[in-house]
Amino acid sequence: MAAVLAKNIVKSFGGDVPAVNGISLTVPDGEFMVLLGPSGCGKTTLLRIICGLERQTSGDLLIDGRIVNEIPPRARGVAMMFQSYGLYPHYTVRNNISFPLRTQRVSRAAIGKKVEWASQLLGIGHLLDRRPRQLSGGERQRVALARALVREPTALLLDEPLSNLDAKLRTSARQEIRQFQQRVGLTTIYVTHDQVEAMGMGDRIAVIDKGKIRQVGTPVEIYNNPADLFVATFVGAPPMNIVTQNGGEYLGFRPENFLPKAMVEDESAAEFSFRVDRSEYLGSERIVYGVLEGFSSEQLITAKLPGAHVAEASIRTGEWHAFAVKRSSLRHFDSSGNRMAQH
Amino acid sequence: MVVVAETLPRPATRFQFLLDRRDALEAVLIAPAILYVLLLVGLPLLLAIYYSVSAYTLYNPTWHFVGLANFEQIIQDPTFTHTLANTFIFTFGSQLLGLVLGKFGAFLLLRPFPGRKIVRALIILPFAVPVALATIAWRWMFDSLYSVITWTLIAMGLVERVNAPNWLGDPHLAMLCVIIINAWRFFPFAIVIFLAGITAVPQDVLDAATIDGAGFWRRNYQIILPMILPIVAIGLIFGIVFTFTDLSIVFLLTQGGPVGATSVLGFAGFQTGIVSGDISHGAAISLFMLPVLLVVVIFMLRFIRRREI
Repeated sequence: MAAVLAKNIVKSFGGDVPAVNGISLTVPDGEFMVLLGPSGCGKTTLLRIICGLERQTSGDLLIDGRIVNEIPPRARGVAMMFQSYGLYPHYTVRNNISFPLRTQRVSRAAIGKKVEWASQLLGIGHLLDRRPRQLSGGERQRVALARALVREPTALLLDEPLSNLDAKLRTSARQEIRQFQQRVGLTTIYVTHDQVEAMGMGDRIAVIDKGKIRQVGTPVEIYNNPADLFVATFVGAPPMNIVTQNGGEYLGFRPENFLPKAMVEDESAAEFSFRVDRSEYLGSERIVYGVLEGFSSEQLITAKLPGAHVAEASIRTGEWHAFAVKRSSLRHFDSSGNRMAQH
Repeated sequence: MVVVAETLPRPATRFQFLLDRRDALEAVLIAPAILYVLLLVGLPLLLAIYYSVSAYTLYNPTWHFVGLANFEQIIQDPTFTHTLANTFIFTFGSQLLGLVLGKFGAFLLLRPFPGRKIVRALIILPFAVPVALATIAWRWMFDSLYSVITWTLIAMGLVERVNAPNWLGDPHLAMLCVIIINAWRFFPFAIVIFLAGITAVPQDVLDAATIDGAGFWRRNYQIILPMILPIVAIGLIFGIVFTFTDLSIVFLLTQGGPVGATSVLGFAGFQTGIVSGDISHGAAISLFMLPVLLVVVIFMLRFIRRREI
């Protein structure tokens, strides 16, 4: 197990804009780091550079303090799990799991033991003689994980491993991967475009857009103190409300902090006049869409109201209501979109 | 009172939606293929069986039953056993050579290089050129006096003019020539088969193998080749069936010579049955292909089903 360190990594595929445009990132030993970003942002390319499937155009990559720029994938000691798992269809589960050991010419007896260990760890001991096509999606995912772990990698790289599972299975698989990672204490880099996965699993999250890191931080930091407008609107569902003010500056507040004035217990709260256009009842909450008086915004302003505490009759559509946001919940961004110090 | 006759909508006839019925449509669509096979494959096969158990010749065109006497006679003929052996050497030799060339070709064509599209199109040519033209071109290349191959070998100092190989005059070399030409015709097909197979291997699987520590050889022979084996086997079945029954190259290049060294079943059947007019023996010789091909095809299809992934 080892720390992974990227220093100013650039990867250009010959287009105008590099796919990875100068990323520096430190992943300490044993950390679960999530790379979060929209599709095409360069997060998968960065992962492929770390494992050695792609060679960076410039920049250094260090694994366990060693520069590995010139070292081929097999010698880097990292394991990777792919979106569609990349299991070998012509091998049994046993041979799939043992393949990384066979390439390293591990002795037969040792291979048997390791396969036994990995399959016990993931609860797939009863599947060893089946072939991948005879397995369910969840089982395939475990086999892929077992194959990644069997040679005790220095770091585990996961490329959207849950995107092929149905919603229910995804929730449980999320838990399993996270618990498992904590138990083994393996340095893990996890690529996803799903913010729920990122928030729920990551020790830290690196938000990436257009080949650059926009912010690195714990889920709480990312959510509460987004570094710029991209992070503010990419993380959170519905996203942070952004309105322009003072000619060019931006004001942001989360929908759940935008409440009827009566519910905000803060003398100095910022007050808004909010016209409700549409209201969605989602059981645990009510999402209300509308516009603010005196502010312009590119999107409809949303408010996320606790469903149990706000009566439907009190929020009538088409009418103006007095809403407010606590001062401490307001976020200010300058004209170029970067967050400014708290006023 | 005027009664205006109301025009009733005509009820749909039984046949109006005939082609919407799956069973009817299936029958209509499959019929041409079945007719084709029955008329052009089934009928000649029955005819061959019919003649093979008779003493029918062009000079005595009366049918009378002789049982398996024709088969007995040709099995005891050493020329026939020689021909049978030749057919196997010709078939498997050219298939093996074609597959090896096909695999190499496919690997070369997978790598991006300038002009790859043109090369990919050109490589199909041997497959597209009429066999007669191609074989005649090859006959000049293997000519005893004007062979460009011999000329090249002499120029490179590998052979001397006095010992120059007589390509089509030496029994072993003649067989080699026939095999080379057939492999040359077959290898573009093999390339296409390999390319189709290799490009169908998911990139994730190859990446996984790379990360798992597999080098070039291991990736090729433990991952790619086993994964594309079913499709390669299909190609091989086609190759074996067409080569085993082929007579065109032998007919055009060597006429089965020298001294029967390149005579194959198709050619021998043609010579005996058509050229010599001994239709019953010709039919019997040709029918020898049937059990051999049947065994090959059944074996390969079982193999593919077992390997199916």
